[in-house]
Amino acid sequence: MPEKLQIAIYWGAACGGCDVSVLDTNEFILDVDALCDVRLWPIAVDGKYKDVEAMADGELDVAIMNGAVRNSENEHIAKLLRQKSKIFVAYGSCAYMGGIPSLANLTSRDAIFETLFMANPSIEPGNRTVPLPVSKVGGHQLELPRFYERVYALNQIVDVDYYVPGCPPVPSQCKAAILALVQALTGQAPAPPKGAVVGAFERALCDDCPRTRTQEKKIKRFYRPWEIMQDPDVCLMEQGIFCAGIATRSGCGVRCPKSGIPCRGCYGPAPGVVDQGAKLISAVSSIIDSKDPDEIDRILETLPDFTSFANRYSVATSLLQRSHGQ
Amino acid sequence: MSKKITIDPITRLEGHGKIEIFLDDQGAVTDTFFQIPELRGFERFVVGRPIEELPRIVTRICGVCPASHHMASAKAVDGCFGNEVAPLAHKLRDMYYHAHFIHSHIAHFYALAAPDFVMGPDADPAVRNILGVVHKVGLEIGGAVIGARGKAQEIQRIIGGRNNQDIWCLPGGVAKGLKQDELEQIAPWVDELYDFTQFSLQLFRDIVLANEAYVDIIVNGPYTLDVHNMGLVDENNAPNFYHGKVRVVDYEGNEICKYEQHEYRDYVAEHIEPWSYLKFPYLKQRGWKGYVEGIDSSLYCATPLARLNVADRMATPKAQEAFEEMCSVIGHPSKLLLGNHWARLVEMVQNAEMLKQYCADPEITSDEFRVIPQQITGEGFGIVEAMRGTLTHHYTCDENAICTSANLIVGTTNNNAPIQMVTKKVAQTLIQPGKEPDQGILNMVEMAFRAFDPCYSCATHSLPGEMPLQVSIFKGGEPYREFRRCC
Amino acid sequence: MTFEPKIVGFLCNWCSYTGADLAGTSRIHYAPNLRIIRVMCSARIDPTFVIKALAEGADGVLIAGCHPGDCHYSEGNYKTMRRYPLLKKLLRDYGIEEERVRLEWVSASEGHLFADLVNEMTEQVRALGPSPVKSGLALDMAER
Repeated sequence: MPEKLQIAIYWGAACGGCDVSVLDTNEFILDVDALCDVRLWPIAVDGKYKDVEAMADGELDVAIMNGAVRNSENEHIAKLLRQKSKIFVAYGSCAYMGGIPSLANLTSRDAIFETLFMANPSIEPGNRTVPLPVSKVGGHQLELPRFYERVYALNQIVDVDYYVPGCPPVPSQCKAAILALVQALTGQAPAPPKGAVVGAFERALCDDCPRTRTQEKKIKRFYRPWEIMQDPDVCLMEQGIFCAGIATRSGCGVRCPKSGIPCRGCYGPAPGVVDQGAKLISAVSSIIDSKDPDEIDRILETLPDFTSFANRYSVATSLLQRSHGQ
Repeated sequence: MSKKITIDPITRLEGHGKIEIFLDDQGAVTDTFFQIPELRGFERFVVGRPIEELPRIVTRICGVCPASHHMASAKAVDGCFGNEVAPLAHKLRDMYYHAHFIHSHIAHFYALAAPDFVMGPDADPAVRNILGVVHKVGLEIGGAVIGARGKAQEIQRIIGGRNNQDIWCLPGGVAKGLKQDELEQIAPWVDELYDFTQFSLQLFRDIVLANEAYVDIIVNGPYTLDVHNMGLVDENNAPNFYHGKVRVVDYEGNEICKYEQHEYRDYVAEHIEPWSYLKFPYLKQRGWKGYVEGIDSSLYCATPLARLNVADRMATPKAQEAFEEMCSVIGHPSKLLLGNHWARLVEMVQNAEMLKQYCADPEITSDEFRVIPQQITGEGFGIVEAMRGTLTHHYTCDENAICTSANLIVGTTNNNAPIQMVTKKVAQTLIQPGKEPDQGILNMVEMAFRAFDPCYSCATHSLPGEMPLQVSIFKGGEPYREFRRCC
Repeated sequence: MTFEPKIVGFLCNWCSYTGADLAGTSRIHYAPNLRIIRVMCSARIDPTFVIKALAEGADGVLIAGCHPGDCHYSEGNYKTMRRYPLLKKLLRDYGIEEERVRLEWVSASEGHLFADLVNEMTEQVRALGPSPVKSGLALDMAER
């Protein structure tokens, strides 16, 4: 039995920001190195897939996977890591909820293709072909993963033990989550209950936001963030600037509203909330100051494309998961 | 002797990729393919979103260079509002962006590239990484690296609210300014960062330039290509990472073209292959000629080295000194791709000097950092230098400022064809017929792409999953209807 | 075999549920496709319930409350009224057809109106066919 914990950090359909957030724990990365052997971490370490395939089941103490499942390779490696690990963590908004890439679930694979190939202005005639799962070039067979019709969060593909939310998770929470796992694995503290969200709080963002809020949130219109000069000390929603904090789990330190920019919900639904978008329907509607249907419609016109605000990071795990239209 | 060697996944870079190396019966390398297996489709799913949301969505194209996408996006969004921007906002954005450049270059040089030089290209993979480097150079130096990166990130965060997944730019300017007490906090760190850039250059001299074997690999090794160079320059042909004109210079130093942001489509086009999700940009006016080097090639690199190749000078004095030292060893322009690692360190000096200039600017703490746009003009272009190459965002929106289209040509994408070619060249040189390559040799094949500091999550193109098919129906000899699937 | 839509109906206790009751006690025949859930006020209807019903396989959802101005709790139905447009907008963007979800005001004395409403909605949803949600999610699974 090796002395150090065996861990893997991997990315699915990801941007690399979650891997960078682990590096952003600064000196703590040296503690991680003292405690763990990092067997796979493509951004920083030279472990290859064949090294993982050669492991025994459960040989990894923890697999930390960020990024969503967009294609067959993401699914394959997620399942491989689940098989080879004792604990599997979904790290970051994409792994937890589908993330920004799951905005693609509001469109379709064909539409993506149409935009990026058929209508793309940068492709000249004679240069237009299409990437394929299997192609033959010069007698060689080459393979690419299959691009699925939609994006999945990790728990829709494998059994996930813990979730660390955020886009990306803030380094202090990353550190807290890793420490909690290390303490559980070394018997120093009980493990969090399976399925828990770790590295975040059990309350909504508004509870930690320093902006002042009154009881009477009533507005006659919404403003897009560029339409007005906002008061930096007053609740954004009260000023008519949409902010998702009201339905979002706290834990990020309120990094966006503190800097003059509204929350977009990257830490996922507040505790007890099943569908962040559904809750935001209630939240936004409740501040509209009108009883007249026509006036209500006019007020809502000042908040275009509500759907992408409702589930900005969470389309894949919203109740409907993807668009069902033609 | 294997007929095919697969490196999967490639490591110490950002994003997914695999290299397939095909061998003939004698074991000589005949073909290599650098395949990018990932794709998410941003250019499609940002359509329909309020245009001011795009700078916060496109940052998720890449979590290593989100500031680059944020800045390019912000500029394209400004264009959609008639380019009415508070002048101070441009200064603040440039200041913020220099801080970002520094920590991103530190991360690449020390965490991704240095293991090959500090531990050695054929070291045990278990230690050939940032953790091994810290053990070898000691905690004092390791702590200094981590500290410098942390300080640059903190400067960025203090100016613009976040040091990752940027949020700060709005149409008309930025969401917050820099207060006097914040400036006083970051000014001493700027000086420390400048010192760190000098420390890094000295480290490079001690570890790389003093090692004959490494110099030999850089100067005489297979990591070289006869292709051209692209980068953003100011009116003095000095590098400007936030704004300027795009300049393309061939490998003999002659300018091929120079264009403004809104002209990009006249100069750059993209080619598609069936075996990679990532497209292959080339110089449109020369046409796609395939993977060929030479003075007539239509291929170009967009990298730190390419940026310094198209520059006649640096914008700041100490960076100029570092630039001249580098050119005296690797030439100007230089085809020696491993020189990219040095070029990154030279750029960091300019970043630090520019930060210092901004700290001394009396206007920098003014509160006029945003204006309310008065018009929606419907189209905008934003070109910046990402750490790893020229990045282009082009948007259109409707009269309600809702995005109607987005076209992106991303930093690393520019380098797709050159990376193909140099990977093949290195594989053919290092993999000997009849001798199974060990992990050290394969790592040296990976060092070819690593010099480019690639960022493959920045690849954003799609797969439909079906064979292309075009059916043309003629009626009485005249074209009647056409059906297409996937082409 | 004709498709029989499953429509979930959230009815407020004081007006619309009583109106439905009146249709029953008056022996008015109407389509049996509505599965009624009684709540005290239409404002109790969290949009999550409507979306969940659709996600779980409902072909349609009816929300019914008191006429504006007649709410037993004074203002509850205004809250419902305010939530409805955004709910419809979200459903539209998720590809759920307009006719599948409706908000209607039904008073305690409107037994006939209620019956007509259920008949009309049943036929509209029947014409649309089964909800695309479950089959869509199953197709996603199948392609993997």
